[in-house]
Amino acid sequence: MADTSEAPRLTFRSYKSDYKPVWCPGCGDFSVLNSILKALTELQVKPEDTAIISGIGCSSRIPAYTSVYGFHGVHGRALALASGLKLARPDLTVLATGGDGDGFSIGGNHFMHACRRNVDMTYIVMDNQVYGMTKGQASPTTAPEWEGSKLTPQGTGINPFQPLAIALAAGANFIGRGFAADQNGVAKLITEGVRHPGFSFIQVLSPCVTFRPEQRDWRDIVRPAPVEPTSNLSTAGKRLMGDDGFNTGVLFIGNRPSYVAESGGGTDLAEIEKSFAL
Amino acid sequence: MTKNNTLTDTVSIALTGSGGAGVVTAGQMLVQAAANAGCYGLMVRSSGPQIRGGESAAYVRLGSDQVDNLGDAFDIMFAVDWLNVERFIAEIPLSENSLVICDAEAGDVPDVITATGAKIAALPLQKTAAETKGGRPNMVGLGILAALIGIADEAVEGTLEKVLGRKGSEAMASSRDCVHAGRELARDISQDGVTLQAQDNDAERWTITGNEMAGLGALRGGVRFVAAYPITPATEVLEWLAPNLAKVGGSLVQAEDELASINMAIGGSFGGIPSLTATSGPGLALMMESFGLALASETPVVIINVMRGGPSTGIPTKSEQSDLNIAVYGMHGDAPHITTAATSVSDCLFTTQWTVHLAEALQCPAIVLTDQSLGQTRAIVNKPADLAFIAKRETMAEGTENYRRYAVTASGVSPMSIPGMADGTYVADGLEHNPRGTPTSQAEDHSDQLDKRQRKLDTYDFGDHWAEILGDGETAIVTWGSCTGPAREACEQAAADGLDVKLISLRLLAPAQTDRFQEAIKGVKRMLVVEQTHSQQFYKYLRAHYDLPDDVKVFNQPGPLPVRPGLVHEQLKSWS
Ligand SMILES: Cc1ncc(C[n+]2csc(CCOP(=O)(O)OP(=O)(O)O)c2C)c(N)n1
Ligand code: SF4
Repeated sequence: MADTSEAPRLTFRSYKSDYKPVWCPGCGDFSVLNSILKALTELQVKPEDTAIISGIGCSSRIPAYTSVYGFHGVHGRALALASGLKLARPDLTVLATGGDGDGFSIGGNHFMHACRRNVDMTYIVMDNQVYGMTKGQASPTTAPEWEGSKLTPQGTGINPFQPLAIALAAGANFIGRGFAADQNGVAKLITEGVRHPGFSFIQVLSPCVTFRPEQRDWRDIVRPAPVEPTSNLSTAGKRLMGDDGFNTGVLFIGNRPSYVAESGGGTDLAEIEKSFAL
Repeated sequence: MTKNNTLTDTVSIALTGSGGAGVVTAGQMLVQAAANAGCYGLMVRSSGPQIRGGESAAYVRLGSDQVDNLGDAFDIMFAVDWLNVERFIAEIPLSENSLVICDAEAGDVPDVITATGAKIAALPLQKTAAETKGGRPNMVGLGILAALIGIADEAVEGTLEKVLGRKGSEAMASSRDCVHAGRELARDISQDGVTLQAQDNDAERWTITGNEMAGLGALRGGVRFVAAYPITPATEVLEWLAPNLAKVGGSLVQAEDELASINMAIGGSFGGIPSLTATSGPGLALMMESFGLALASETPVVIINVMRGGPSTGIPTKSEQSDLNIAVYGMHGDAPHITTAATSVSDCLFTTQWTVHLAEALQCPAIVLTDQSLGQTRAIVNKPADLAFIAKRETMAEGTENYRRYAVTASGVSPMSIPGMADGTYVADGLEHNPRGTPTSQAEDHSDQLDKRQRKLDTYDFGDHWAEILGDGETAIVTWGSCTGPAREACEQAAADGLDVKLISLRLLAPAQTDRFQEAIKGVKRMLVVEQTHSQQFYKYLRAHYDLPDDVKVFNQPGPLPVRPGLVHEQLKSWS
């Protein structure tokens, strides 16, 4: 992170853009946006040295609502684009954001491999267990019996995806869960995630008030995880497989070094070309 | 000269054998030895379906000048054995002027061979090799072939040294003995017109494949970030780049798939680093959605697409030009972009470097088309000249106020800010946007940005590199890519009949260069279109973009067989 000792302190407003979000009133993503802005303020990274990369979905609209560099890419590929950016420009602070459909369905393969690759960046998924943008279809985290979608009127009948357990198995170096309405809690998770080396994955339960109004009740269910964060894989695995999806906080802190692309430099191209000489 | 080679001073040799017979090694050594004698040449390898080993063939063509393609027929075929030779025979045209050298103990000469009328020389290859400890018939063959075509012992010796030097003196000694024994065997046979004249050649020459050329073109052009997912026949581009990018301070990452590799490259480029990926048909298909993202967000990125037989998994190891349509028209939406095509092994460097330059200058994604026959052919070429084309992106001026990333400019190119630049933050977007980058669905914003993205390409001066144009005449061949070499040779064959043929090979497929093309075909009354596709993709492309003369013929042939000069010549003959 850049040395900001002499620069004036950046405020919440320095990270906020003047665009008005397109979200429905009451959408959890408003809170997540605030948490991201709070985290950036806490981190004091310069806006120009920070980038937020997203895919497609309601939640993927976030970059434009901040004043940092951003890329609103195609559906499902945010992590790949963010990885390329961070590998090519290791000096930047890179965040990726999106929804559960974007990240776990169409982008599921990239999710697994981003965890595995462990590039130093932070991925925030606003999980609302539904495809908001396309008006309410089941996502990989939707319960099998949910009958609210015209596409799967009998429910999907298939088991939901366990993002945190999968992240752990795939090698993410920091795993946390937050609840959107707990803005400070989520901001703290993001701050810690960014500070922690390697790939940090933060699932934020972010209600879709339009297509999953019952998710308003999440506020009564979520609770801080009753245990301290662990760096032990099997302890974390047991906890994640055993929990009901509503324990919040840092759930795993790994100690793998970040992946960086090999780049020595210092050789003249003419020198390389000599290998082709007869 | 034999009738097999109308290009003066070239000799064509096919080497075949079962797995482990070492025909590819022998072929490589033969090319290297010819190079040591001051000559040029190339080798195309062909293998069976096995992942590793299995029967293979090496097609060698040598000459006193640079050789760009295989000829019409082989002067000599050297077969270590006859195992599965029928898999290759369609690729090895022989005539009664050809000489087939085989092992006397390998059994009956297959009918497909005798039917060609070629002379057969059955020699004791295995037996001779067995007389030397560790001896191998492929090295006996190297000796026979070197003797037949007149490559001196020192030239072969130098090659053995270079290739086997590391394996120790025993391997060297046995190979040397086999080569000498081969020379002795060759005393009993002869073949007319295959003598390769040794050259006094002080040109700086390289031994290099088209895939390596493309990789080098990327580096010379300034590419410093590459994301890779392996696919035949493009993998060597990436494998060459991996260590060499790092040496010049760049980096390569292996992605989980092509959806990732193209997006990683876009991410690197968004970060201000000229970025690239290489793939082949199936991978290109996967990349297309995100290629459109690069286009809409005006993030330069280059894909080198080394074509193979398609559709679907197709014929991974063999060449075809059938990705033309996807490369030019493969995106959804109105998507003006750059598509270029290399015209020879050497040109893989020029075209790639030029394309990197164009992509960066126009902030536009670009596809470089090469193919298996260019990419995996190893050739002896003169060292390519240094080119002035390097990546140079127009970036936001320092102190810019109220920066607008997608400002509507006269050239269509808007200065780009790069992360790290204060006052330049913006969100790159694949959603249609206004000049600030804000998503919009308004008609005016859409047409402004469509116009701007089109204008970049319409107003840019691509110069003379849009095509290679040779000769003059009322008859013209219009072609592209790896068909250029055979087409050029066909023009030479026609010239020998007294017919002047103009050759136009397009290097820039998109954007179409209408004025330049019409100018180039002024006075042309008859046009022969030459391409390696089944559905005449190139001909249809030409018809879509250009006015063609009334008298047009199309010579199209799908892969995997190469387009031979003589077949093109036949088409011209019917006009003369
Ligand atoms: C390739 C492709 N397929 C489908 C879509 C349509 N689409 C847009 S957003 C979306 C799902 C969004 O759901 P999620 O990622 O959970 O985000 P949310 O809207 O709930 O925040 C889909 C399927 C698309 N844009 N691109
Ligand atoms: S549809 Fe749901 S996720 Fe999308 S903005 Fe509305 S409430 Fe939020």
